Amino acid sequence: MDSVYAALVEIVGQDYVSTRTEELFTYSKDLGTSEPQWPDYVAAPATAGQVSRIVQMANEKNVAVVPLGGGLSLAGLALPLKGGIELDLKRMNRILELNEKGRYVVVEVGTSHGKLTAHLHKHAPHLMHSEPGAPPAATIGGNLAIHGQGDLGHPYGFNSDMVSGMEVVLPTGEICRFGSCALGNSWYTLHPLPDVSMFMGWSGSTGIITKVSLRLFPCKKIHEQDAFVVENEDLVPEILYELTHVGMAEDMMVVSQEIPPPFNRLHYVLINISGDSRKELEFKRQLMFDDRLYKYIQEGTGGIGAGGQEVPRPVVSKTSDWRKGGGFEYVGAIMPVASYPECYRSGVEISGRHGIPYTTLGRVLGSGHSMMFSWTFAFNRADEDTVRHARQALHETDERVLELGGTLWKPAVFGQKLLMDRMDDGTLQMMKKVKHMLDPNGIMNPGNWEVA
Amino acid sequence: MALTKYQYMDIIHRCFRCGYCKFPQDWEDVDNCPSYARYRLESYSNGGRLWLIRAWITGEIPWSEHLAEIVYSCVACKNCEEKCPLSFSDDIINMVTAARNLMVDQGLVPPAAKKYLENVQLHGNPWGLGAKKRDQWMADLSPEPYRDQEFLYFVGSEGAYDSRARSAARALAGVLQKSGVSFGVLGNAETDDGNEAELLGEDGLVEMLAEKNIARFAEHGVKKIITLSPHAYNALKNIYPRHGGNFEVYHYTQVIVDLIRAGKLEAPKLDPIKITYHDPCFLGRWNNEYKAPRKVLQSMGGVQLVEMGRSRKSAFCCGGGSGNYYMDLLGGSEDSPARIRVRQASATGAEVLAVACPNCLSMLEDAVKVEGLASKLMVKDLSEIMYGSE
Repeated sequence: MDSVYAALVEIVGQDYVSTRTEELFTYSKDLGTSEPQWPDYVAAPATAGQVSRIVQMANEKNVAVVPLGGGLSLAGLALPLKGGIELDLKRMNRILELNEKGRYVVVEVGTSHGKLTAHLHKHAPHLMHSEPGAPPAATIGGNLAIHGQGDLGHPYGFNSDMVSGMEVVLPTGEICRFGSCALGNSWYTLHPLPDVSMFMGWSGSTGIITKVSLRLFPCKKIHEQDAFVVENEDLVPEILYELTHVGMAEDMMVVSQEIPPPFNRLHYVLINISGDSRKELEFKRQLMFDDRLYKYIQEGTGGIGAGGQEVPRPVVSKTSDWRKGGGFEYVGAIMPVASYPECYRSGVEISGRHGIPYTTLGRVLGSGHSMMFSWTFAFNRADEDTVRHARQALHETDERVLELGGTLWKPAVFGQKLLMDRMDDGTLQMMKKVKHMLDPNGIMNPGNWEVA
Repeated sequence: MALTKYQYMDIIHRCFRCGYCKFPQDWEDVDNCPSYARYRLESYSNGGRLWLIRAWITGEIPWSEHLAEIVYSCVACKNCEEKCPLSFSDDIINMVTAARNLMVDQGLVPPAAKKYLENVQLHGNPWGLGAKKRDQWMADLSPEPYRDQEFLYFVGSEGAYDSRARSAARALAGVLQKSGVSFGVLGNAETDDGNEAELLGEDGLVEMLAEKNIARFAEHGVKKIITLSPHAYNALKNIYPRHGGNFEVYHYTQVIVDLIRAGKLEAPKLDPIKITYHDPCFLGRWNNEYKAPRKVLQSMGGVQLVEMGRSRKSAFCCGGGSGNYYMDLLGGSEDSPARIRVRQASATGAEVLAVACPNCLSMLEDAVKVEGLASKLMVKDLSEIMYGSE
């Protein structure tokens, strides 16, 4: 018997290891346009201890290890580019502690965002976390490994800014904790110890996050969505500036898309607001619409598109069905808010060139410090020509992002290379040293963030 | 080599594999798909399964015994269809069944499925027991043979042959007798309903079974049918019309509710007891009947009905659907669906786990024993509780 397989069986049990074609095929596929990359083994550990043993064994046998959460990055970031062990972490899905007064929750890495939301809804309805726009099966750990953002991005920034503690299995197998939990204290803060946490944004190439303490925030009783609509994209940055000045929104996104037709060439500023009373909501609305946006209404350049709507849970999967084809991928980039008009126009142009209905979205991060802007390209999985077009459009958009002064978010390998080509050499060498120091045998998700 | 006959080739590629299909209604966790809950590998989720089926159809991967096991490990509970947000969601189980059709055509089904189908074909029941022993469930009850009574009581294979389910079959006959319902049974003239045969992909067998039962019903002038099993209820109600059999079909809980309402049947008064109810997939998600069984329970004195977190549309399947109560492709683990389900039931503090399906009855009772919960939790069919069976 293959010694790696035998070791994996010994560590996680026969049921949770496979070298059979069916599992290898399944895990060779990403949901986006990436070409399949076949692992040699699939394993689903249940504990950090098992992860540690697998990593130690992989070092001994010089086999790659690729951690996988919900598998929803769409950018192929958890594909085994150099084979090896695909590590499905979704069995590690316990919610270990909910500290209501301290406003944090400690979860295992494979806990899905859907599960955490449901748990809070049931056990602490006055608290919430920042849930990304991804399907609810997206995992907490996966989201942090790519510096994800969520529906509290406006007030609180990136989800990776909301971490109060972390446990990580290093590429050499040691289990480390970061933050107050490293002192044996409760998991209430990541700071102020020296910052040695170099795992978020690395797509699992510097270690495997196994536990996370995530900040929770007040969840108000009433959540509603208003929409402010403008036709002129050049007005969007100043409108967002006005709105972020008052800081009344819980989430702010600007959506423009060719389908359905009512959205075509219009810009819907979707404003989620919340309050414990109607009075609170009306106060917030007054500050935003009466004090800040009235001038656009008066000029006739903007109008209220909807008010007091129920906040829908995003169903991003529906995007995959626009071409009745089961697929889409997007370029996400962290952009200055001021670049919205160029971002939008680029999206229309590139999509048009590839015969794909354009879809763009900008989500405000912080007080307008940046926005996550996404260009989405749907394709038909059964029509290779549409997949090729989408892939090409993604590459062109990656390049355009850099031309516009943006920073690619969770880039695929193509985008990682573009970034590293432009990166300051000192930074690049630092990344190389970090990677080599933590992962001397280069077994962790190889092919990602590899500095030449 | 690509297979050209697959019926859903125009839509199977539309599954995005986003994972909605694994969740219950309230998003509590990604473990409401029984086969995924058992194996926790993406290949066993329905998204993974559809991608594998497509890969097999297009020739990207070859058939293998393991592929067949994955395809047959779907218990057709329809949780995926309830949760999938895409417009083709109503066809998810159909897509799996269509792949099984092809496997049947080519003789590529798992051995346990093959045996199941052979037994049904040769003997009219999954266990291969003698067709002439079908009426032995009646024991000393002696229900009347069907002549021209108002209802035919269709017992089904589980009620007729499975030792645990026979008790429910007898209890229901007793309840119907007690309430003065005009009914009769077909005894050995009844054969398997074909619900599982359809899900296992053996259309020819379904046709044969449906035609046989329909001919028998027609011969006796049957118009109204009461079924013990939700699986039979589904077959007679939704499959038989395709084969020319149109009858008024009731699951027994629907009849009992009417009898109680009409004052023809008095619900028992029990000593105070906590009962939780497990929604069978073929009554709930397949046929949208969630109320009748609960009304039956609520009509009984002394019953405190406590719901499991996963109930109604979110009910977690016992793992026995689509022939898996016989094939057992999801057994052998503490993560086997029936064991998970009885732990969920036990967590409510209930003393009785009530079911309204002979398959669920057997599956869950076995699981209670394996989990060591037998002293705390009894599994009973609603018919047994109504009848006062021990």
